[in-house]
Formats: sequence, structure tokens, C-alpha cells
Amino acid sequence: MQELISLFVKSIFVDNMVFAYFLGMCSYLAVSKNVKTAIGLGAAVVFVLGVTLPVNYLLNTYVLTPAALAWLGPDFAGIDLSFLSFIIFIAVIASIVQLVEMVVEKYSPSLYASLGIFLPLIAVNCAILGGSLFMQERGYETLAEATTFALGSGFGWFLAIVALAAIREKLSYSNVPAPLRGLGITFIVVGLMGIAFMSFMGIKL
Amino acid sequence: MDKKIFIEPLFRNNPITVLVLGVCSALAVTVKLEPAIVMALSVTIVTGFSSFIVSLIRNTIPNRIRIIVQLVVVAMLVILVDQILKAFAYDVSKQLSVFVGLIITNCIIMGRIEAFALGNKPIPSLVDGLANGLGYGIILIAIAFIRELFGSGTIYGFPVIPAEWYIKNGGFYENNGLFILPPMALIITGIIIWIQRSYTKELIEK
Repeated sequence: MQELISLFVKSIFVDNMVFAYFLGMCSYLAVSKNVKTAIGLGAAVVFVLGVTLPVNYLLNTYVLTPAALAWLGPDFAGIDLSFLSFIIFIAVIASIVQLVEMVVEKYSPSLYASLGIFLPLIAVNCAILGGSLFMQERGYETLAEATTFALGSGFGWFLAIVALAAIREKLSYSNVPAPLRGLGITFIVVGLMGIAFMSFMGIKL
Repeated sequence: MDKKIFIEPLFRNNPITVLVLGVCSALAVTVKLEPAIVMALSVTIVTGFSSFIVSLIRNTIPNRIRIIVQLVVVAMLVILVDQILKAFAYDVSKQLSVFVGLIITNCIIMGRIEAFALGNKPIPSLVDGLANGLGYGIILIAIAFIRELFGSGTIYGFPVIPAEWYIKNGGFYENNGLFILPPMALIITGIIIWIQRSYTKELIEK
């Protein structure tokens, strides 16, 4: 249990998806103009990461890694399907996003109204695919670990986008040099936030 | 054919500094020039050919499932690139780690397919894809050049700062470790955007 909590905190602050690996930057920069939409997109990312990553973990463990198919019988033990992982991960993500969108639309119109427009955007958000690829590369051992990692990094992304949106709301009142306005200053602000987040490096729980 | 298709994405409509597409990988792989160049080449190839293939089949794709069809085409090309890198440039492929796989979700590729390849003939789509990949590459290489020069004192792995300049050899110079850290990539990109916009006034945001 202690390791899980430590992994959760680590994936929020130390290995923050945005500041340490720049994942999901496109939508991070595009949808952070006000706090309300930022909260919507952030929540959608937490949700989709929390659903897709465990599914991809199971697929990775029981289908994709070398000799993972051994549970089908000894003949299958020699099969290595790891080269298929990109296409399987992205197919899972695209179809789950589609599925979640349909379920949410049917059963919770109010949630759909707040999350709905962001869901299709998320299928091509690199934070989602990145989560699955990190899970594969770092070799998380149990389903619980993979899920904790998913929720932690999703929450880290949520925190980052809400913080940036709040800063940008204030920024619109300040006098920025004309060529730096908009995109340029946003990049520099994210850079400074990244430096601030680096103070979490080396924290061990 | 209009040569604008090729020239525009390089500067005036650059995918990173103007359209803000594909920023994630641009920042993460730019600590050194070598992975940046490999990444730029891979993205150029994937963008070009995925635009070409999607443009070939654009009239047969049902509109509702087009995102999944596009993702499959892109994923296939990325798997090819990944396997080729693993076979012929294993060290670089280790350095790039998950970012080769993340070419699939690089917004430049989906963006160009949606905005250009779905409505144009295969050859212009191929040119448009390659040009956008190159526009991405230019920025990537510029950032990597600055970061490697100031952060490690080398260019493409060759030392350019004379060894006797360093403090440990009795000189006055020290590499700036900040340039190797992730946040510096963002700040350099911000400055590149600043420079570009002070020359191209019509890009300035209100």
C-alpha cells in the first residue's frame, strides 16, 4: 500500500506528464485560456487515462509481451507480438473513447455537456498513449500499480492545466511585448512552471 | 503545382511556432542534436506518407470512422519506422524511448490529414506532409543546436568548446546545466516564437 501511495505522489509531482515529459502539450496550450474549460478537459483526461491504462496493461501482460500467450497452451509460448503494441494501444484508446462518449451521452447528459466536446480531442492526446507506453517501458508489475500510475499522472496533468489556465487569465491584464503576446509568453510561463516543479525532484516517500 | 504548398509550412505557417501542432515531442527529444535529427526525419517520413496514403483512399473512407482509419494508417507507418530504428540505430532508438511511438499522436500528422489530405490529390498531399515535417524539423534542430551547444559544449557529439577553457582545467568556462533540463526547451521555443513574430508582424496576436 505504501508503495502505491508513493507511486501516486511521484507520478503527480516528480514525473509530471506536462513538466517532465511534455506530453499532451497541444491540447494543454490550446485549451488553457480559462479555468472552467481547463477543468473539463483535465477531468476528461483523468477519466480516460484511468480507464484505458488498466485495459492496455492487461492486453500487454496477457497478449503482447514475449511468451505472454503461454496461457493459451504450450504451442503459443514462442510467439512475440510486442511489435504490435502501438497499433493495439491506439486502437484500444480510440475505441474506448468512442464507447465512453456514447455511454456518457446516454446516461449522464449533464456530464456529457461538460465533458462531451473534449472526449474526441482526447483520443489523439499524447498523454493518454504516452501513459500506456510508459507503463510498458517501465514494466509496472500489478494491475493496481498500473491503475495508480494512470490516476496519478492524469491528476498531475489536471493540476498543470488548471494552474496554467489560472495564470493565463491573470496574464491577459498585463502588458506583454507585442510579438511575445499569446503563444510566446505561454511557452515561457510553462517553462518557469516547469522549473518550479523541478523542486519536487528527489523527493522520496 | 503550387510551390507555396512546400514553402509556406517551413516558415510562414510553421507547424510548431504558428499552428502549435506537435509540440510534445519537439521539446522532449531536443537535448542533443542526434536524436533531434533522427526524430525530425522520422516525423517527416511518417507525415508525408500518411498524407499520401490517406489521400489515395480519401474517397472510400466513411466519414464517421475516418479518425480510426487514419490512426491505423499512421500507426502502421510508425511501427515500420520503429522497427527500422531498432534494427539500424539501436542507441538512438533507446534515447528516443516512447517518443517514437508517440509520433502516432503527433498532432501535425492528424492535423495535416484532416486539413489537407482529405480534400486534395495524393501528390500535393505528399508534398504538404513532407514540407510540414521539414518545418517541424527546422525548429527541432534549432532548439537542439542551442541546447547541446550551451548545455554540453558539443555539436552533434563533437566538442566545440576548447578543453582548456573549462574551470576544471584551469579556465573560466562552465557548461550551463539548465539547458539540459526540460523547462529550458519551452523557454527557447518561446524565444524563437518571439524572434519570428518580431520579423513577421502579421502573426502577432491581439
